[in-house]
Amino acid sequence: MSTAPAPGQIVAGALAPHPPHLVYAENPPQNEPRAECGWEVLRWGYERLRADLQKKQIDVIIVHSPHWKTTQGTHVLALPQFQGLSVDPIFPHLFRYQYDLRVDVELAHAIVAEGRAAGLELQPMENPKFRVDYGSIISCHMTRPTWDLPIVAISSNRAHFDFGNEVGEQLQVRLGEATRRAVERTGRRALLLASNSLSHRHFTVEPALPEDMTHEHIYHHGQYLWDMRMINHLRAGRSRQALAEMPDFIDGAISECKDGSLTWLLSALGFPAYPAELYGYGTVIGTGNAIMGWDPARAEAR
Amino acid sequence: MTTSTARTPTGSVELALLLPRMPHPLLCPDGGPGVRRLADGYAAARAQLDALKPDLLVIYSVGWHSILGHLLQSDPRPTWTHVDEEFHALGAIDYSFPVDVPFTEVVIQRATARGLAARGVNYRGFPIDTGTLVAKQLLDPSSQLPVAIVSCNVYADRAETIILGKAVRDAILSSGKRVVVAAVSNLTQRLFPRPVPLTEDRVSSRQDDEWNQKLLEIFAEGRLEDVSQLARTFAAQARADARLKGVWWLAAAAGAHNGYRGEVLAYAPVQGAGCAVVSLRPDASAAAQLEFDEDDVDIFRGDRGVLAGGEARAPAAAPTRAPPTPAPAPASAAPAAAPPAAAAPPAAISAPPSVAPPTAAARSSTPISTSAAPAPVGAYPHARRVGDLLFLSGVGPRQPGTNQIPGGPVRDAEGRPLPYDVAAQTRAVIENVRRILEAAGSRLEDILDVTVFLIDMDRDFAAYNAVYNEVFASIGATRTTLAISALPTPIAVELKVLAAARGPA
Repeated sequence: MSTAPAPGQIVAGALAPHPPHLVYAENPPQNEPRAECGWEVLRWGYERLRADLQKKQIDVIIVHSPHWKTTQGTHVLALPQFQGLSVDPIFPHLFRYQYDLRVDVELAHAIVAEGRAAGLELQPMENPKFRVDYGSIISCHMTRPTWDLPIVAISSNRAHFDFGNEVGEQLQVRLGEATRRAVERTGRRALLLASNSLSHRHFTVEPALPEDMTHEHIYHHGQYLWDMRMINHLRAGRSRQALAEMPDFIDGAISECKDGSLTWLLSALGFPAYPAELYGYGTVIGTGNAIMGWDPARAEAR
Repeated sequence: MTTSTARTPTGSVELALLLPRMPHPLLCPDGGPGVRRLADGYAAARAQLDALKPDLLVIYSVGWHSILGHLLQSDPRPTWTHVDEEFHALGAIDYSFPVDVPFTEVVIQRATARGLAARGVNYRGFPIDTGTLVAKQLLDPSSQLPVAIVSCNVYADRAETIILGKAVRDAILSSGKRVVVAAVSNLTQRLFPRPVPLTEDRVSSRQDDEWNQKLLEIFAEGRLEDVSQLARTFAAQARADARLKGVWWLAAAAGAHNGYRGEVLAYAPVQGAGCAVVSLRPDASAAAQLEFDEDDVDIFRGDRGVLAGGEARAPAAAPTRAPPTPAPAPASAAPAAAPPAAAAPPAAISAPPSVAPPTAAARSSTPISTSAAPAPVGAYPHARRVGDLLFLSGVGPRQPGTNQIPGGPVRDAEGRPLPYDVAAQTRAVIENVRRILEAAGSRLEDILDVTVFLIDMDRDFAAYNAVYNEVFASIGATRTTLAISALPTPIAVELKVLAAARGPA
């Protein structure tokens, strides 16, 4: 049964990691390389996430990506359309993707305005030749491969992490709050995606056949312990505890949470005290990846 | 009459350059005085390059990150339009230039022979980083000069980066070409969190600025290898761009020496980052002594066996079981790789606090402390036994209980130097070593290896060595003697000892 949430709210949030391996293994027409299999547990997780999101009325996807790295403020895509070829500089043999996406420019400017009103440095990105980062593209593709919704892509502002993880976290908390206010003000029904892995130490070599799953495992047991600890916090509705431990998690597991996406998401969702749905966990070239969802409506119904 | 001798062509590095990676000198050269200086510095570097008429420009940019080993651009003519992810408002960079693919393939071969994982990338639209493009466009705006472009592996530390530089040098020497090598890296990379007007720009941290200027003094003396060996210290003190690994690469590619005529063509801030254009022209008459002696690495022996690490770590008693109805393996399936030795985990990864298992060291070793030896000055035991070996912490001459130093301290409380007797200190050190060994159930005769630290090699070696010989001549332990700048207490000599343990652990 489809639900029709009132406008001006975040209707769902998801931790939606962006390993290009997942798109590669899906063999979508937009991606040039071909695979025979790979990382099914994660891809099935995305499948279940997509099925749940199909029940929602969503106007726009807002994605916060670790692979659009900025230092001087947070930048936001702010032109109506971007198209081109995205080639992953790390895994170009796996990801060469032809993208064509629409942007909700009004919402983008609202996020910029709300962020600035909160004292943050935000910049609209208005260069038409700009190449959209592959993290945003992969998370959006895996969540909504039909590309029938406009998106707003938000950069990962790394500057404040230079002063310590706690300082960076606080910036992302304020950015999440600003994002929520922008959604409410513009009347959008928004899906928010945090496009990051959990633990993030890669192998520096790969098998001759990238999708050879006999070689896929976590890089280090300590990473796995950390990943499970954070996942369990989120599954138990302990998102504030997860935030409290995030600085140590970042250092201890070399976590991609350092880019702030998950903290931004949790903040925008108001630090959920209800359980997150775990759709899947798996490793990709040694990194730990979880697909998780937050559904405020389900939490209210409970 | 003239005679000629046939010679094998030998390539050479004609010029080494350190170049900033910010887009401003290319896209807004008149945006502010600092950017103007950098653009002028680039122009001066270009003039040097033009005068040399080299065959090839090799670029290593810390802005091209790789993870799977080392990537090299092998598209013969990359063509695209690039927009910087941070400074997109400055405009776009259109590019199309020739890549020396045969040379690149030789670099890949040489890197592989040195134990690195390296491969070429030849994909339409592959993103070339801002720094590489800025350097290439400003040094060769007409795009006539062939280039080779090398990535910066994010996990590579000094050894791996130097070996990569050596692989490039191998290829240069065997190519017969006259080459310019360029590392594209800022010195310090602490940008202001908000944009500042370029007319009001400055290096964002005074400490960064002071360290940058110190480094540039050494560059100006042509001491490239000395700067390379200072990189770790620099990175510990300043917000170094990519740990200054660009300089590691540059020094190795250029031959790891100090024989250059150095010239700082520009130094200026860009949005708080410390940027410099430095030129180093080979000049044998400029050779200077090396400041330091970090190890010189040739072959990489890193964590390349990690893919099979899970198998290597699996308990030996746990048999692997096939599924009840195994599917037939595809005909093309590769045979299972033999598990290599278990890869050591990176030191940075740790287990979360409440579930951290005891470390291997804590499970299998025994700390040893004794009141018969001087109290430690930090949180460490006098020794630790692991299996049949005893590892001693550094031992000095201080006397247990009183902390008096036989032979006298080397300086007073205000740091003024004092006369001291290193022979007396050495005897006291050896006596303290003996006490610790005996507390652990061993004797001096069980010592296997000694590392000796002296604060003044010239002054003290002979006297220390005479005392050492009295005791150790019959023991036959291996020994290394190092000169260091200081010890934690006002002493002149310290011993680090490895010994055989006696009796059950």
